[in-house]
Amino acid sequence: MNNAEQIKETIARIFPDVETVICYQQGFDGLHATPYFISIPEQVNKLIWNPLCAQNLTSYLPSIKKKVGIVVKGCDSRTIIQYLQEGLIDRAKVVIIGVPCTGVISVKKVLREIGHQPVVDVVFDDNGNIVVKTQKGEKRLAIADVCPDKCTTCQYPTPLVYDHLIGEPIASNKPKEDVYKDIREFDAKTLEEKRAYWEKEFERCIRCYACRNACPMCICQDSCIAETREPHWISQRLSLQEKFMFHMIHAAHLAGRCVECGECERVCPMDIPVAKLKKKINAEMKELFNYETGVNPDDKPPMYTFNVDEAKIKEHKL
Amino acid sequence: MSDTGYLPKEKIKDFLKELAKDAVVYAPCLEGDIVLFRPFSEERTLCLDRPANTPPKSVIYPQSETLFAFQYKKAPEDHQKMSVELKADIGVPNMVIFGARPCDAKGFRIYDRVFIETNTPDPYYRKRRENTLIVTLSCAAPSPGCFCVAVGGGPAHKEGSDVMMTELEGGYVIEPVTEKGRAILGKHVIEDGKPYLKDAQHVQAKAHDEVRNPFAPDELPKISQSLFNFDGFWEQVVGKCVSCGACTYLCPTCYCFNITDEQGIGSGERVRSWDACMFFHFTLEASGHNPRPTKFQRFKNRVGHKFIYYPEKYEGVIACCGCGRCIRYCPVNVDISEIVNYLKDTHQELHWASSRKEGTQPTVGSTKDE
Ligand code: SF4
Ligand code: SF4
Ligand code: SF4
Ligand code: SF4
Repeated sequence: MNNAEQIKETIARIFPDVETVICYQQGFDGLHATPYFISIPEQVNKLIWNPLCAQNLTSYLPSIKKKVGIVVKGCDSRTIIQYLQEGLIDRAKVVIIGVPCTGVISVKKVLREIGHQPVVDVVFDDNGNIVVKTQKGEKRLAIADVCPDKCTTCQYPTPLVYDHLIGEPIASNKPKEDVYKDIREFDAKTLEEKRAYWEKEFERCIRCYACRNACPMCICQDSCIAETREPHWISQRLSLQEKFMFHMIHAAHLAGRCVECGECERVCPMDIPVAKLKKKINAEMKELFNYETGVNPDDKPPMYTFNVDEAKIKEHKL
Repeated sequence: MSDTGYLPKEKIKDFLKELAKDAVVYAPCLEGDIVLFRPFSEERTLCLDRPANTPPKSVIYPQSETLFAFQYKKAPEDHQKMSVELKADIGVPNMVIFGARPCDAKGFRIYDRVFIETNTPDPYYRKRRENTLIVTLSCAAPSPGCFCVAVGGGPAHKEGSDVMMTELEGGYVIEPVTEKGRAILGKHVIEDGKPYLKDAQHVQAKAHDEVRNPFAPDELPKISQSLFNFDGFWEQVVGKCVSCGACTYLCPTCYCFNITDEQGIGSGERVRSWDACMFFHFTLEASGHNPRPTKFQRFKNRVGHKFIYYPEKYEGVIACCGCGRCIRYCPVNVDISEIVNYLKDTHQELHWASSRKEGTQPTVGSTKDE
């Protein structure tokens, strides 16, 4: 029995206990999956499970008050653990169906490979490839080549928390040292280079706030200072300054909270690598506090606590 | 002079340079992996093989613009007395939008009715619109999600354009649409296009047949009021929406704006900027009351504005040109054509009502059904 069938069976079993289950169904074309909220077991026939199921569905959890079931991959489970650390959800009200994951698809990367042609058909073969058919022909791409960056260094392919596990656990074969390799490479740039890099990227930002709204850990939502007039920290002008300000605030509020799910980057219609900022801060958090987000429900995010004597912060002793 | 022109592909840059002599030319340019309308220059890479990620709307209707600057002045004789000095500058250069798609151009017609064809025309929009020549490229094939033919448009629909170009193997056939557009035929690099006109029309007709029509063919979608006003419907179809501004900001027909005074010390500017009905703050009132506090109500407004309120006000014209951007770039794949399709069917209300009770989704009228 494949994973999709097992997920369906599990959902059917948990149903009297939950009111809704959040999973995936086919989106508007063959290359897109879309969230699927089901409320009676019969609806599971439209459920899909394949590498297109990249979205982190856990973002919906804090806003749902009833008892829900949810399908999560390894990386998604970190969000749930972070929620638990911060008291944002009630564990008793979530039934977690964990699915060990071998990597998902970045639609943006596939589109780049197929020259943004409309897709006619998409299939997955047994050797880890996605085969995309367009009017111009067929393209076979290794999933490993078109996965989101996070998959290339994934440490937790098997969910860290679950009530039902589909299939066998998978261990990561990616070196732990590589997780922040991209950040260390970026760090090597000069200040001017970094500034030029971000100016070029943020110049495209249209302030649609998709990155914020899709982020599971952005919890201010309707009270975000990017839009409030009180306090009035950011104006409605479209200048680079305002865009920078918004992104710096987003990043700062995610310090030691970002679970590196990459949603902010996945959803950005302007292709801005916004997750990099948060990953950079997480790298510092690891360095300073030896803290990694979303791995242990009993941890406390460093910004939620205060120690007079921090082992790695000397500044206050000056 | 012939009525049709022809621009050989190898002369396209010369053509843009010629246009740029007396206008700022905005053209779709590649930036990383996305396509944006930018003031064209030699260093940029023109990209005409797919519609731009963003429509050219900001050229005529900027995302943020200063309406006027203000400055408080103390009277020299009496410091208790203050006056305010206002300065408005609507100087706009001549502009060309090159390589818009027919849906993009049609979008400007949606704005024209609101900002120009009214008792109180908007001088900012009008000035830019008048100073801009729109050179549209007809679509040779649909892009993912688009459905222009279902909302009164088409891959070679001419409304809103000054010139229509159609791509052939070696060049572009150029058909002027307006008087303003005719001037293009006099440009140096433009050759006689008459011999190619038939081929161009063939390309246009073929493309038209390829665009999907999610609604009943040959009629504009009519929305069932009772279903539209049924909350349960919205809760089921847009539960996944994250209430961001991607769909509205990328839409060539969305025009809602906010007006804010951006204050400095003793001076400031009144700014008009795009707003999005999907944001919580859009309808937040000074009292703190918000008539549309949920994403369901906000999404309902987005569909209502495009498919009910605007058509009611403007002779049945639907304020969606079917460009498909909101579908392509939505973070969670909300598909407005699918939702409108559900809403079309007057007989489905009961079905939705009972399905809500039983917790099912409807199985009729769905574009995603097996
Ligand atoms: S999603 Fe992209 S364009 Fe939208 S606000 Fe975020 S960074 Fe800017
Ligand atoms: S900031 Fe980005 S990567 Fe981090 S939790 Fe939010 S969406 Fe995920
Ligand atoms: S429909 Fe999509 S793009 Fe529009 S607000 Fe909802 S999530 Fe954002
Ligand atoms: S509503 Fe969507 S499809 Fe219609 S014009 Fe706007 S972006 Fe395009």
